[in-house]
Amino acid sequence: MATCDLTCLLPGVRLRTPIVLASGILGTSVSLLVRAARAGAGAVTTKSTGLAPRAGHPNPVAVDWGHGIINAIGLSNPGAEEEVLLLAEAKVLLAALGVPLIASIFGGSVEEYAQVAGMIAAARPDLIEVNISCPNVVDDFGTPFAARCDSAAAVTAAVKAAVGGVPISVKLAPNVPNIGRIAQAVVAAGADAITAINTMPGMVIDAEAGRPVLSNRTGGVSGPALKPIALRCVAEVASAVDVPIIGTGGVTTGRDAAEMLMAGATAVGVGSAVWYRGAEALGEIVTELAAFMVSQGYRTLDEFRGLARR
Amino acid sequence: MHQTFAIAEIHSENYRTKTLIFDRALPSEPGQFVMAWLPNVDEKPYSIAGADPFSMTVVAVGPFSEALHALQPGDRVWIRGPLGQGFRLPEQAAGKYILLAGGGYGVAPLHFLAQRAAASGVTVDVCIGARTADEVLLAGAFERLGAAVHVMTDDGSLGRQGLITVAVEAAMGARTPVAVYGCGPVPMLEAVELLCRSRGVPHQLSWEARMRCGMGLCGECEVHGREKDGWLACVDGPVSEG
Repeated sequence: MATCDLTCLLPGVRLRTPIVLASGILGTSVSLLVRAARAGAGAVTTKSTGLAPRAGHPNPVAVDWGHGIINAIGLSNPGAEEEVLLLAEAKVLLAALGVPLIASIFGGSVEEYAQVAGMIAAARPDLIEVNISCPNVVDDFGTPFAARCDSAAAVTAAVKAAVGGVPISVKLAPNVPNIGRIAQAVVAAGADAITAINTMPGMVIDAEAGRPVLSNRTGGVSGPALKPIALRCVAEVASAVDVPIIGTGGVTTGRDAAEMLMAGATAVGVGSAVWYRGAEALGEIVTELAAFMVSQGYRTLDEFRGLARR
Repeated sequence: MHQTFAIAEIHSENYRTKTLIFDRALPSEPGQFVMAWLPNVDEKPYSIAGADPFSMTVVAVGPFSEALHALQPGDRVWIRGPLGQGFRLPEQAAGKYILLAGGGYGVAPLHFLAQRAAASGVTVDVCIGARTADEVLLAGAFERLGAAVHVMTDDGSLGRQGLITVAVEAAMGARTPVAVYGCGPVPMLEAVELLCRSRGVPHQLSWEARMRCGMGLCGECEVHGREKDGWLACVDGPVSEG
């Protein structure tokens, strides 16, 4: 088989493959992060951590509704202090595998984001992903920050000032009128990269029960249903800013990954595919992407990155 | 999505255990589990106690299991599944001998396995461990399948007094099984695993964990501290093979 170069460049770090384990999937322990790396991920992202431990929502927290998944786990996490220990241990094991570590964080206020970012930066992850877009927490977390340019920029600037040079990627929400403007605002405030997109807020109702399936009533839609939404958002972000993009949303095959790169993504986040295909999905998508490139005569990702925007 | 199953029949197994027998089959293997949801109450994992008709053995230990106990024939339960990896019977099973070890309420999925084994011509011995005679589950049902049943209780109120591992060790010593199948509390499973390893006997053990998504995504049900690196009870298990 002809060989092709699958490497790509995120701020400060080169990935051996463009497939990134998305936040919230298998990112709860060192052993699961290592498993994702061994499966073939080029980088792995931890589940978002906040300042204090959170238990998350009661069950049901996730369901496959036929064309995708909906989830509202509720940002369960062990708190930043505990997370720093996990990151330190994970970093050593992942470095031996040549796989960068991305640490996802969230906060309830601009100040809290900065505080969490400062604590997490001490563990020196390769990248800090700033989750300003989790749709699942009903109080002040997430949505408000990702929904407006000023609040998104305020969080970005505060985090950037707190991390002592660790590069940051800001994770955007799809449900905004103009994602390109939000992207411009966070890049102007210091974002080194953009992760686009988070899940899409939605609701799945069980007709026999006569109520939403999720205990939280609403949740984030992911999987195949999200892909066209993600492709559009990534293309708009790519047109608006000139920083690397981790394109995430509904990628379950190598061909999906190629589409995401063609929309302008630098690397490709994968999450729900782990439900459809197991953790092996991460490596299988890499293999399928390579086979697609060979079939189309592409030798590097750069040869077709952004192709669909030209 | 969940599918609804209506309760057809309810069997009382002991003073705090009921088996809910539903109105139709759920094609599944022994050792697999479902997520059972009662809207506005909760959703929790239950091992499958029978596939045709689908049934679940429920011990009243908290608000959700008490809500399941309050249901009557005709009432519905919302089910996601079957989920996870179940037990595998030996290849060319007929005529072979297997040993089952059920601690406390871990007995339920083993009875489903014993049914399948008996139908395949496998000889089955079962060791049941419980705190007291009142807590012993399904001993008669195993006997009706033709299995030899060895009961151990903590207080000696039924069978012999002591830990289930005493009976497991004795049974393995009397006749070496082609495989041991275990379900129960973690310390019991670890002890059974040790016994099997020291004798080089293949074993399949079902591990309990707190389940959330049941889809291999959230990481909540990871079984830590074993050589199973990053092992999730919901998709990699609940049954492990060694």
